[in-house]
Amino acid sequence: MKKIQKWMGLALSAVIAVTALAGCSQQQKMSGTVTTDGSTSMENVIGALGEAFQNENSGVTFTYNPTGSGSGIQAVQEGRCDIGLSSRNLKDEETTAGLTATVLALDGIAVIVHPDNPVSDLDVETIAKLYTGEIANWKDVGGNDATVVLIGREAGSGTRDGFESITGTAEQCQYRQELTSTGDVVTAVSQNPDAIGYASLASVADSVKALSVGGVAPSEETVKDGSYPIQRPFVLVTKTDAPLSEVAQAFFDFATSADAAPLIAKAGAVAAN
Amino acid sequence: MQKQQRLAETIIHGVFLLLGLVTVGCVLLITVYLVLSGIPAIRQIGLVDFLLGDTWESTAAEPSFGILPFILTSVYGTAGAILFGVPVGFLAAVYLAKLAPPRVKAVVESAVSLLAGIPSVVYGLVGMLVLVPGIRRLFHVPDGASLLSAIVVLAIMILPSIIKVSVTALEAVPSEYEDASLALGATSIETYFRVSAPAAKSGIAAAVVLGVGRAIGEAMAVMMVSGNVPNMPSLFQSVRFLTTAVASEMAYSSGLQRQALFSIALVLYLFILLINAALNFFLKRDKER
Repeated sequence: MKKIQKWMGLALSAVIAVTALAGCSQQQKMSGTVTTDGSTSMENVIGALGEAFQNENSGVTFTYNPTGSGSGIQAVQEGRCDIGLSSRNLKDEETTAGLTATVLALDGIAVIVHPDNPVSDLDVETIAKLYTGEIANWKDVGGNDATVVLIGREAGSGTRDGFESITGTAEQCQYRQELTSTGDVVTAVSQNPDAIGYASLASVADSVKALSVGGVAPSEETVKDGSYPIQRPFVLVTKTDAPLSEVAQAFFDFATSADAAPLIAKAGAVAAN
Repeated sequence: MQKQQRLAETIIHGVFLLLGLVTVGCVLLITVYLVLSGIPAIRQIGLVDFLLGDTWESTAAEPSFGILPFILTSVYGTAGAILFGVPVGFLAAVYLAKLAPPRVKAVVESAVSLLAGIPSVVYGLVGMLVLVPGIRRLFHVPDGASLLSAIVVLAIMILPSIIKVSVTALEAVPSEYEDASLALGATSIETYFRVSAPAAKSGIAAAVVLGVGRAIGEAMAVMMVSGNVPNMPSLFQSVRFLTTAVASEMAYSSGLQRQALFSIALVLYLFILLINAALNFFLKRDKER
């Protein structure tokens, strides 16, 4: 019984301490919470920005909820977060519903194969043909005589949406595997010499080979100058009418400023500003 | 003094009751929530189209929500896991309960417990890196992520529950049965399979049912090795289970798609209820005997 009382006491004091802290921070100059919600693909980028922002402003709490682009857009619409994160451009119905998109960065989607695969360059059309099953054997594109194993992401994923909309293969892809994370796709491709997959340029590891597309190798420069065709925007979504809170506005300005560019680059994407 | 003690008893009794009710409350809450959020999509799609439809295209322009591939995959996958897992688990249990020297038994039993404690994501990862490429090479198929990979992973995952419960059941067989059999001239192996195993059969049946429950509810490991494409099940084809259907699309879903995922969860829940009912049946029969 005594032990229980002790624990109760501890818990109570913890609650008091937290409340007191929260009270304190409100008196500082820049304080409060910035909440973001959305694309899992943006985790690296937004994590780096949030951390840097918190380090500069000690009273600020930054949160990121990795739910997916659709959920993030919905969350900002319903006022459940300050800034929504989307790895695709807003649809018309979302803009008319009172949302504004600000492009934060560009993300190249690399098309990856096993390192032993002799193929190293394809154009967007051929990639589309591979993914729709029109070309089913690697020898038709200059590779070994082996069945092409198509690996992709699950329905609703921002990367899949980006890839399929750019290659024009929406709803036509004959996937052999639909995996739920970029890391899983990279692992699966690295384990199968006949596999082809797609993943964020930032997540491409040495265990797989990124194809050049139409003669252009995916890299930061080729994504930024637009010559690498398979790329998508990372977007900050805000309400058009309602202004951001002071602290959220400060974060927004910081993220879209030139200061943030090196951080975004370090996280593997290409800053838009 | 006595009065005070009685008061303390009453209070503690109340606390225990309350904690017990928390569990019951959770189950009720989940049941009610699942039924409430699972029914609307089924009504909109139609029960027959939902349960017996063979195409799942939840994000297409004209979506179709047929979960027959998921149901069949879950049933086949679980049956396959039982087919592989039960003989191995049962024989291992006979060995551990009757034949193994005490030292070997101690080592093997702790290994089995360890197997039970390995997180399912680790099973999935090892499956992805070892099993999937292995099956690809062994059977010369384009890709190893398939129903077969999932069955193998599930079979290994259900081993601990089958072995542990079977060992307990076999050890509970009164030694008089075995002594009598041995005295009549039966060999020890004959005795274990003709006398001990039949006497422990409802316990072993309970072990199998427990294994079924574990296999049908597993999501993470099968998600990583089964390929996760909503095809009709076939051994070397990429398949999607009931559990992974919910888990893989939940993060990005919205509208009817999300409601349909809850309906899948409801179907899965009904499966689990059935399995639990079966388990209770076997255990109860065990007690009555």
